[in-house]
Amino acid sequence: MSDTNSPGQPDSGNSGELSWPEYLTGGESRGAVPPGAQAAEPEGHARPRRVIGTPPPAAARTLLATDGGASREAARELPAEPDDPRRAKRVEKIVAACFIVAGLSGLAFMVFYGTIGVGSITNVLHSNLALGGSMALMFLLLGIGAVLWVRHLMPTVEMAEDRHPMAATPQERAAFKETFQQGAEASQFVKRPIIRRSLIAATIPMAVAPIFLLRDMGPLPGTSLDTTVWRKGLRLLVYGTGRPITAAEFNSPGALISVGPEGYLENDNAMAKAAVSLIKFRPGELVYGPPARPGGPSVRNKVVPNWTVDNIVAYSKICTHLGCPAALYEQTTHRILCPCHQSTFLATEGARVIFGPATRALPQLPIGVDSEGYLIATGPFNEPVGPSFWERS
Amino acid sequence: MSWITARRRHPAAGYLVVAFVLVLIGTAYAVITGGSASASSPVSANSAQIAQGRNLFLEDCATCHGMFAQGVSGQAPGLIGVGAAAVDFQVSTGRMPAAKLGAENPRKPPRLTPSQTRAVAAYIQSLGGGPPIPSAAQVSTYGANVGLGQQLFVANCAACHNFVGAGGTLTDGKYAPALTQSTPTQIYEAMLTGPEAMPVFNDLTVTPQEKRDIIAYVTQVRALPNPGGFSLGRIGPVTEGLVAFLGLLFFMVLAALWITAKHGKAHE
Repeated sequence: MSDTNSPGQPDSGNSGELSWPEYLTGGESRGAVPPGAQAAEPEGHARPRRVIGTPPPAAARTLLATDGGASREAARELPAEPDDPRRAKRVEKIVAACFIVAGLSGLAFMVFYGTIGVGSITNVLHSNLALGGSMALMFLLLGIGAVLWVRHLMPTVEMAEDRHPMAATPQERAAFKETFQQGAEASQFVKRPIIRRSLIAATIPMAVAPIFLLRDMGPLPGTSLDTTVWRKGLRLLVYGTGRPITAAEFNSPGALISVGPEGYLENDNAMAKAAVSLIKFRPGELVYGPPARPGGPSVRNKVVPNWTVDNIVAYSKICTHLGCPAALYEQTTHRILCPCHQSTFLATEGARVIFGPATRALPQLPIGVDSEGYLIATGPFNEPVGPSFWERS
Repeated sequence: MSWITARRRHPAAGYLVVAFVLVLIGTAYAVITGGSASASSPVSANSAQIAQGRNLFLEDCATCHGMFAQGVSGQAPGLIGVGAAAVDFQVSTGRMPAAKLGAENPRKPPRLTPSQTRAVAAYIQSLGGGPPIPSAAQVSTYGANVGLGQQLFVANCAACHNFVGAGGTLTDGKYAPALTQSTPTQIYEAMLTGPEAMPVFNDLTVTPQEKRDIIAYVTQVRALPNPGGFSLGRIGPVTEGLVAFLGLLFFMVLAALWITAKHGKAHE
């Protein structure tokens, strides 16, 4: 007993004194690298080489149970046997069974891959189910087996492992420096500046080139967000039927209809900004005020009187918050709602915001009547429709 | 008699008596109401029908809408000029007579029979005109253009009623009802009259033929296969997926805790 636990023996009890190379090799290489620590190692001692994380040699294990005096040192080692050997045997069988079935599942995966075709939708469904199921079972059982193994067979011991110094030894650093300098000289990198400088110059375009790829994120929208296809003289066509509409037809108070600009109903890109809700009000319901610009309030909060026809008002359908179609209209309360974030606009007062995250009224489209009596736009929107954006003035 | 006397204190006797009386009342009610429901309803309004409608109006509607259907401020709108279509919609869907004043009158089994409904509608129609009840031919979806109906529905109706008519929420407790039980006549009447918060779609803006197209879409979309679950208006079993996801996440957290928990006999 005394020969395995004599003072100065490189066991784990004083492993904090080990230098980094000794730590890596479990202390067996001691005497070769750091000359200062050489005296502690008795020469010719035939201690078996031990790998970190495995149980200690049988001699040490017997000491654990019998020798009280040495147990303080030896207790730092991991116990070799679980407390209940019978239970351990049972768990061992379960773990092995998990691993075996996991392996069989892996085999089944290969068999399913070969046997189930993918010629039809049904076969693809069956193949997906079989492949996914067998693979999931394989990984699941591997995991379960590993967890059972860890929980029931491996011991629970708290071990403190002191951190080793991060820096390499002075000898190693000196050796590296020497090697590096020799290599640099041998490569002529220092001696021949034209090669060195041209190489450095060649790498600069390589670094800059990816920046040019950012151009593909463009082109910049320019003024396309400021305008829609609406312009003076375009008729308002009922979305779906494409029929123009007269004020006399659209005469029921509380009426609503989705319209788009003549010639653009099938143009989804144009309609994404140009969709308009046409609403008919009872006489006296509308509250009039000036437009936002020029010379008026900075945010329009009333119906512009010149832009209506016989109590018919046209508002942009695109929510000024995030651009959802704000098309829920309550004809009793005159509220226009956006279904996305509950922004609520009051249609009788220029669709100003009365609730929700939107900050601007829905833009009002100037409308009038052409010579045949059909409703037309008398101009474009005088402000950008839809969500606010960076360059929006 | 002695058989009853002997068992009248049996524990089940009380329940039996209650059940018997309930069956009796139910049968009598079914006989009475069934008898009046079987009466045929004349399509054209006559003075007798209007008189019957007036009596029914005074019984069931006048409390809120006023003796002369003039409306009561802050309580119920006037009904002069709303037309028979509005009355038929409100009464045949059971929304009127309303059980209580609320944000939205829910659909419920109608209180009046079809013939009584038509009588009240004829009475209101006689007061000030308005859109009449559409005929069966007007709401027929035979030969309708379902594709155009879908376009019109998506552009003008789906914002509130959902793209398959599952309904949706409005402000202050109001909601757009689901259209899953609506009859073609009721859909037509709703578009024509704009009940409650719904906008009006008159026959000049959305023609009768286009209304039939919309009705065809609303009724035929019901037959499309539903992805199942609490489908959120045919989106799919998203709610169940969320619950399953969160439940599984909780289970996995528990499993992780169990795996890393201290176990067995602690070794010194």
